Amino acid sequence: MKVDDVVTEARLRIESLSVWGTRGQILRGIRLDVHRGEILAVIGPAGAGKTTFLRCLNRMTDLDPGLLVTGDIFIDGHPTLTPEVDAVLLRRKVGMVFSVPVPLPMTIRQNLAFGLSLTGNGRAAERIESALKAAFLWDEVKDRLHEPARNLSGGQQQRLCLARTLVMEPDVLLLDEPCSGLDPISTRKIEEALQELKRDLAVILVTNNVKQAARASDRTAFLLFGELVEVAPTDELFTNPRETRTRDYIEGRFG
Amino acid sequence: MTHRARWAATSFTSLTALACLIIVAVVAIILGNIAIHGVDRLGLDFLTRSPEHGVTQGGIFPAIFGTVALVILMTIAVIPLGVATAVYMHEYAAKDSPLVWLVRLAIQNLAGVPAIVFGLFGVGFFIQFVGHGIDNILYGGELHYGKPAILWASLTMALLTLPTVVVATEEALRAVPQSYREVAYSLGATRWQMIRKVVLPQAVSGILTGGILAVSRGAGEVAPILFTGAAYLLPHLPTRLSDQFMELGYHVYVLATQSPDVEATKPILYSTVLVLLVLTFALNFTAVMIRSRIRRRLREGR
Amino acid sequence: MRTGRLLSSPEEERLTRPSPFARRAARGSIADVLAAWTIKICATLAIASLVLIFVFIGREALPILTSEELHEEVDVPRLFLPQPGEEGGSEFAWRPVSTPPRFSILPLFVGTLKATLIALLIAIPLAVGAAIFTSEFAPSLAREIIKPSIEILAGIPSVVIGFFVLMVLAGWLQSVFGWTFRLNAVTAGVGLSLAVIPIVYTVSEDALSSVPQTYREGSIAMGATRWQTAWRIALPAASPGILAACVLGFGRAVGETMIVLMASGNAAVLSFAPTDSILTFSAAIASELGDAVHGGAHYHVLFFIGAFLFVLTFVTNLAGQWWVTRLGRKLRGELVYVPTMPSPHVATGPGDA
Repeated sequence: MKVDDVVTEARLRIESLSVWGTRGQILRGIRLDVHRGEILAVIGPAGAGKTTFLRCLNRMTDLDPGLLVTGDIFIDGHPTLTPEVDAVLLRRKVGMVFSVPVPLPMTIRQNLAFGLSLTGNGRAAERIESALKAAFLWDEVKDRLHEPARNLSGGQQQRLCLARTLVMEPDVLLLDEPCSGLDPISTRKIEEALQELKRDLAVILVTNNVKQAARASDRTAFLLFGELVEVAPTDELFTNPRETRTRDYIEGRFG
Repeated sequence: MTHRARWAATSFTSLTALACLIIVAVVAIILGNIAIHGVDRLGLDFLTRSPEHGVTQGGIFPAIFGTVALVILMTIAVIPLGVATAVYMHEYAAKDSPLVWLVRLAIQNLAGVPAIVFGLFGVGFFIQFVGHGIDNILYGGELHYGKPAILWASLTMALLTLPTVVVATEEALRAVPQSYREVAYSLGATRWQMIRKVVLPQAVSGILTGGILAVSRGAGEVAPILFTGAAYLLPHLPTRLSDQFMELGYHVYVLATQSPDVEATKPILYSTVLVLLVLTFALNFTAVMIRSRIRRRLREGR
Repeated sequence: MRTGRLLSSPEEERLTRPSPFARRAARGSIADVLAAWTIKICATLAIASLVLIFVFIGREALPILTSEELHEEVDVPRLFLPQPGEEGGSEFAWRPVSTPPRFSILPLFVGTLKATLIALLIAIPLAVGAAIFTSEFAPSLAREIIKPSIEILAGIPSVVIGFFVLMVLAGWLQSVFGWTFRLNAVTAGVGLSLAVIPIVYTVSEDALSSVPQTYREGSIAMGATRWQTAWRIALPAASPGILAACVLGFGRAVGETMIVLMASGNAAVLSFAPTDSILTFSAAIASELGDAVHGGAHYHVLFFIGAFLFVLTFVTNLAGQWWVTRLGRKLRGELVYVPTMPSPHVATGPGDA
């Protein structure tokens, strides 16, 4: 299977995605494609709707009855926002890493096996090992799998959370400011892990850190007040953005 | 400071200190009095034998048995109902549902309703309505359930302690961080899977505390069982749900107020009170220990 | 191999392959549905039972107001107004088993009131005083002793308190004061106060502890002594909470049964002397329900009294909770009055940031 071909098929297709909340409109008609083999960074000031955008992709927005979501999202051609879709099945194919590491109050092994325990899947040990290796955490915890997950450091915990989603072998990986509060070494390890993972997955990385977007992603999307202002290959966006608003944000005129 | 101000300061401080002293002293006197007079008859015999010579000799085993049986039946009813109610209100119902608000209000304030009112309900509803109904339908009018019985007493107690269990369970559920739930959902858990695998295991200690507090109240309250099933001297232990039963608190009440020879029954009475106190305190102490262990773990961030 | 294929329309995709996200009997979903139903049924059952309590007690009390048949023996006027007495003249008497039965609730009302007042007169100063001492003055050591004592007191079953008053306290009090009746409103009140102290103490102490330390520091910084700070700053700030404590204590005293059953003499005497025996509402129910004929006048009157107790304690609880919430909001500054006149020095807007 050739991996570095020009990928013409979008793994994730988003059409006219809009979200309304109790205080007004949060997302305005987002239109975006994300491909397998790329890391898409999503940048924008606080309150731009980045987190809400991510949460639409795995229908975590279902959990908030005050949100109204319209539009279409297709994963590998299959619609995900229609009523016939079971959000539970969707979430097993779309993994999410949150901005604060949330190890479940269990052992490391139990954390990793948690997703599998929901589906009664076998081959747990193999998948756990390969997920930990993909998150660059295997060497550090391979002898400690029975220890409580909270014994790990912050950076290790976040890599654990990454591995936890990878055990499910998702097609899309969503990361919401995963490195906020982490030390630079852990940040680097996670960014390296993503570079490996993007081969098989579509990776969307929301980040507040413009520099991280610049170094760790292939394409970057700029979100402002719920609107997708601009999306372009990362180098292009950072050296020659088309929109003034993008240029202003990148140069730190507002944040 | 002027003399008057100093005098006011000292008297204020000493009066409030005196209040503390009085309270502590009273508690000490009560416990001491009961312990001193109750230790006399206390022994393995007392706990395992039945009353003899009326009530002046022997033991109080049937009362202990009855209390334990009452509490077990009550627990079987109240824990599932109470936990389910709390889980429903916290995990299933809409957050701003007016129904949930109303129910929570009712439950919190029902905790202050006098125990005798529950006893009224037990007599009027369980015995007269349900009991007689069962007799008419299943026994053609014969008197089986339409009279005081351990079944009705334990259901009445279950209603009395339901608010305790619901409140304790809700508190335990609320203590589980919302982020755990989000993680479980994001990995593809259904609501029940999330509750079963993440929330409930975390909430178990809190639920246990509530259960123990309910049990402690069930062992100590007498008003609800006065007319719903407790009896003074029974020849047999209760073996069926329609039987009456002896109970520690009820035994104390009758011995203290209706015994023909107060002096003769005093020793047994004191020892019975001591047993009841030890039982209640042991339960309360266990609940407090569990609760402080929970609070300590919360402070350490688990 | 799909590289190089042109992007097909979503409709075509959907028609050619089944969606992996479509709802189907996934593993665990049956358990999910079953669990949800079990929980909802149990919760409904529990909630229905609680509603049933309201409904049923009210239903059995209602005939006092509505039933023609019952009105032969007892109706609302006969509960409250004087009735012809045994030796002529009129009286307020509670004699449910005499012929004709007398159901005036005034003796019960006065009896309950006497016992409750005495209980509160003893309990409130002691409990609030102790709360002030532990929150304003006491070093942690005292708190290590007093709080546990209060918790122990709260854990003593009321039948044990009644026992103690009956067997020990009443005899001692009579030997000291020489009352005619060994068991009377005073003994009942003393016993009740033991049950009321824990509630009043706990809520008052909570209220005082939630007064921010900054209030006190400000006062001490201006040179006030600790007792002045307690009296003038902390106490007034915590007053809604302390008021709530008293209200909750009142509710507890009114509804308490076993203590009065054992320590009050259970005689429906209408008098204002504290040293006369009394019969309270709860004790009336507790001592007479067993003998009341189901469906008879006595039965319904007892339910009527029970309904009254229910409503009274429910309302006092609500009032107490409301005051405590009010205290919380006041201390967090949510109930602060904000003047509407704009100040000339206010910032001009977010653009200045």
